[in-house]
Amino acid sequence: MDAERRIQELRSRLTYIRDIFAGKENDNIRLLAAKLDEVLGREDERSGSVLPEELTRLEDFFDFSERKLDSILSPMDRVRIVRHSQRVCLKDILENVYDNYTEIGGRGEFNIDPSMLIARAYFARRVGDKIINQMVMVIGQEKGHGEAFRNGGSVKPWGNAKALHYMKVAETENIPIHTFVFTPGAYPIEDWPGAAQQIARNLYELAALKVPIISVFSEGGSGGAEAVGLADRRIMLSHGYYSVISPEGAAAIEGRLRGGDRATPELIEKCATNLCITAEDNLKNGYIDRILQEPPLGARPNHYEFFRELRRELIQATNEVVSEVKAMKLYRAMLVRTSKADDAESIFMRWTLSPSALGRLVDLRQRKFRKMSTHARLDGTGIVKRAVAATKGAIWATHSYFRYDLLGRQKKRLDAVFEDIGAEAHLVRRKLLMPLKNTLDKVFSGNDVEQIRKGEEVRKKLTRLSCPEDGACLVGSEWAWTSPRSQEDRTISCPNVRTHHCPDLWVPDLFGDFAGVCSSCGHHFPMEYRWYLENVFDYHRSKEFNRRIESVNPLNYEQFDLKLDKAKEKTGLKSACITFETAIEGVEAVVAVLCAPFRGGSVGAAEGEKFIRAAELAGRKRQPFIAYVHGTAGIRIQEGVNGVIQMPRCTIAVRRYIDAGGLYLVLYDTNSYAGPVASFLGCSPYQFAVQSSNIGFAGPGVIAETTGMDIAPDYHRAYHALSRGHIHGIWDRREVKKNLHQSLLTMGGRNLYYR
Amino acid sequence: MFNIKDLLEKVKASPYREIVVRAPHTGVVEFASLNQGDKVRGPGGEYKEKPGTLLASLTREKNRKPITAPEKGAVENIRFELEGKFVEAGEPLVAIKHYLTRKEVIELILQEALFLFRAPERAKYYFVPEVDQKLKVSGKRSVRVHEGMEFLIVSRMKRETPLAYSGPDGIIYSVYFGRGDNVDEGEPLIGVCPEDQLTVIQDVVARIQSEWEEEA
Repeated sequence: MDAERRIQELRSRLTYIRDIFAGKENDNIRLLAAKLDEVLGREDERSGSVLPEELTRLEDFFDFSERKLDSILSPMDRVRIVRHSQRVCLKDILENVYDNYTEIGGRGEFNIDPSMLIARAYFARRVGDKIINQMVMVIGQEKGHGEAFRNGGSVKPWGNAKALHYMKVAETENIPIHTFVFTPGAYPIEDWPGAAQQIARNLYELAALKVPIISVFSEGGSGGAEAVGLADRRIMLSHGYYSVISPEGAAAIEGRLRGGDRATPELIEKCATNLCITAEDNLKNGYIDRILQEPPLGARPNHYEFFRELRRELIQATNEVVSEVKAMKLYRAMLVRTSKADDAESIFMRWTLSPSALGRLVDLRQRKFRKMSTHARLDGTGIVKRAVAATKGAIWATHSYFRYDLLGRQKKRLDAVFEDIGAEAHLVRRKLLMPLKNTLDKVFSGNDVEQIRKGEEVRKKLTRLSCPEDGACLVGSEWAWTSPRSQEDRTISCPNVRTHHCPDLWVPDLFGDFAGVCSSCGHHFPMEYRWYLENVFDYHRSKEFNRRIESVNPLNYEQFDLKLDKAKEKTGLKSACITFETAIEGVEAVVAVLCAPFRGGSVGAAEGEKFIRAAELAGRKRQPFIAYVHGTAGIRIQEGVNGVIQMPRCTIAVRRYIDAGGLYLVLYDTNSYAGPVASFLGCSPYQFAVQSSNIGFAGPGVIAETTGMDIAPDYHRAYHALSRGHIHGIWDRREVKKNLHQSLLTMGGRNLYYR
Repeated sequence: MFNIKDLLEKVKASPYREIVVRAPHTGVVEFASLNQGDKVRGPGGEYKEKPGTLLASLTREKNRKPITAPEKGAVENIRFELEGKFVEAGEPLVAIKHYLTRKEVIELILQEALFLFRAPERAKYYFVPEVDQKLKVSGKRSVRVHEGMEFLIVSRMKRETPLAYSGPDGIIYSVYFGRGDNVDEGEPLIGVCPEDQLTVIQDVVARIQSEWEEEA
C-alpha cells in the first residue's frame, strides 16, 4: 500500500515537471520518465516486486533532478509554476504559517468576491512563560488550487473594495497587515466601483495607511498586484513573478495581434524574458526588499519547511518595520537588524505603535517609494541647473512656510477677528442710522430725477442693436492656436450623422472656429494636445521645468530604443509628460500633461518622476496641481516593473500633496486607460472629462479575452464613466478654460496660496 | 376576403425583396470591386457595430463616405456606367436581392392578413382589467373585439382615458406592445384577424416556421 502511494506521488511529480516545462524536451525529464516507467512496468507485472529501497533511490533521483531542472528555469517556466494548480495558495499559508485564523466575509463561493480573501490571523509567541497572540490582518488573492469560482485570483472591483475596507479596519484596530499577492491581474470590469478607480482608491489609502504593511509576492500581475502591494516591506517568493503585464498580453501587443489571435509560444517566452519579471530582476531593481527561497521547482502545499521559513520571514519583516519607528526599542532593534536568519522567532516585539511612531512609519514608506526607479530614466539637467533648482525649491519651501504657515495663519486668524467685528459694527450702524436716513429721504426727496435719468441710460444700453465697433462681433478666430488640420479644404462627416442628421462639416470651420466640436450635435472630434496647451494653459507664457528628464530603455527591451527615438523625433519631446507653471485667468497653477502622441502617452519612469516633481513643486508653492491627460495607454510595458512602480510612487506624491491641503484636479481627454487611471489619476477627488474622452481600465480587446464578454462600442465613453460614478463632470472643449478657472476658485483644500 | 394561401404562393414564387441603394446626397461615385451575383452582408456584431459590405463610396467636397449594404443578400445590379461620375441625391446605385428570412415572411403575411389597430398618440397603453384578465388566463387568441368596444386604457402624463376599438370584428391575434412601454403614434398596438381565418393563419405561420429555408 505504502509503495503504491509513493509511486503515485512520483507520478504526480513527473506530471508537475512536465507541466512546468510545457512539453519542452530535456534529457533530465526523459531520464526521469524512463526510470519511472521501468519501475511502473515491473510493479504492473507483479505487485510488490519493487523494493522500498529502490523507491527511495528513485525519490532521491527525483530530488536531484528537480534541483538540476530548477537551475535552468526560464522566466516563462516560472510563470507556469505560479499559475499551476499545485502552487501554494493563500489558504495553505493561513493553515500552515499562522497559528490560527478566521476567514472574514466568505465561505467558498459564498463571497462577494471569492478571489479576494480576508482573514484575521495570529502568531502565538512565547515570551518567557507566557503565550502572547500577535494579531495581524491577512489580505490577499486566493487562487484556490484552480477552483473555477476563484477566477484564478483575478479580483473584481468589489473584491478590492472589500480589501480596502479591512485595511481601514486594521488601521482602526492598530494591527499590522500582511498582504499576499497572488493575482494575474485585476478583472477588467467598469461597474461601480470600477476596476481602475477601486485600485486607485486602494493605492491612495495604502499610501498613508497608519499600520505596518508587509506584502508577499507570488504572482504580481500589474494593477491587480498594486491594489494590495504597496507595503513597507515587500518579500518575493523566489519562483514568483512581478510584472507590468502578463507575458501573453505583452506578446499580443508586440505581435500586434487582434481579434482573438494567439501569440506563438516563442514570442511569449521572449516577452517573458524581456520584461525582467523574476524575483532576482526585481531585487536588483530595488522593487522588492527580499527574496524568500522556495524549494526546487516552486513551493507546493506539502513543503512544510517552506511554510516555516515564510513564518520566520514574516515575523522578521514585521519586527523590522516596527523597530524602525518605535521609540522604545534598545537592544532588540539592534538584534532585529542583525538577525538575518534563524532567531526571528526569539525576538518579541509588540506590534502596536503609538500615533507618532505611525506617522514616522508612513513617512518612511513614502520616502522609500520616492527613491525607487532612479536608474530607469535619464536626467539630462546639468549640475549647475540642478543645484539652482534644488536651492530654488528650498527657498520656495521656506518662503511658503513663512508666508502661508507662520505669518499666513496669524493673518488669517486676525482677518477672521476683523471680519467678525466688521459684521457686528455693520449691524449696529444700520440700526442707528437707518431711521435717520429714512427721515432725511422724506424731507429732501429731490434726487429722484437723477435716478430716472440713470435708469433710462441703462435701458437704452440694453435694448439697442449690437454695434461691431464696440467689440460685440468677434473678428477672426477666438483661439490662440488652431490645429494644422484646419488648413485643409474639405468636408468631414460627423459620426453621429445617422442619429442626429448632422450636416457635413467644413474642416477649416470645424478645427478652426468650432474647436473640433460638431456644431449640430456637439460631438467632439479628437484634438491635438497643443490646442489645450495654448488655448487653455497659455503654454507660450508658461515656465516649463524638468524638460530634460528623458525616457530611456532600462530593460534593454528589444528594438525599443529605435521606437523611443522615433517618438522623440516625431514629437520633439523627451518623454510623454510635460510639466510647467502657468496662470489660468490669473490663478497660478502647476500643470502636468500626458501627451498621447508620445508612445500613446504611456507612463514610464521618466514620466512618473516628472509627475512627482510637479506635485512636489505645487505643494511647495501652495499652488493648485492640474493633471491634463490628453491620452494615456497605460503603463509603458517595455519598462516592465520600472513602469508599474510609478503607480504607487505617483499616488504617494499625490496623496502627500492632497494631505497638505492642495487642489489636485484631473482632466481627461481622448483615451485614458489602465495603470495611470488605476492609480494617480483615478484617486483624485476632482476628475473631469472633455466630452471626447474614453475612460476605462482595459480596452475592448482585453475585456473580450479575459472575461469573454463582448462589450458595446461605447462602453468606455465619458458619459458612461460619469453615470458609473468614475468621473465627476463632463466639460465642453470650448469651455474648458472657464470651467477650470471656476474649479480653481471653488474646489480644493485649505492650503492654496490664493485662499 | 383575402386569400392567404395565394399570398404565400406569391412569396414563394419570388422569395426576394429588392433593396435599391440610392445616393444619400450628391457626389462622385466609385464602386467597390463587386460584381453582379456577389454576396453582401448587412451590419453585424452584437451591437450592429460592424458595418455591412462596402458597396461604393461617394465623394463630396473631398469627403469620401462609404456606402454599405443595409441587408444581407446578393448584388443584382450595379450601375457601372456611373463609375467616377457625379450623381444627384436619390440616384439608384446598387440593387441588392435580399432573400427573405422566416421572420420577415411571417411578418409580411401577417401584415397583409391582419387588421392592425394603431396607436392614436404617443403614450403607454394597457388593456382594461377584464380584457387583461382574459388575455392572461386563456391567451390572446381568446379575446374578441368589436367596433366601439372599450378595451384599452391610454395612460399619458397621469391622465388615463379609455380607448375604443374601431375596425372589423375579430380576434386579437397578436399584441405588439409591452407593459409600460411608450408606444409612438401610428405604431401598431394589436393585430386582429377575422374569426374564420384564425386557423388558416395559424396553419400558414406554422408551415412557414417549419418549411421556410433560410439562406445561410
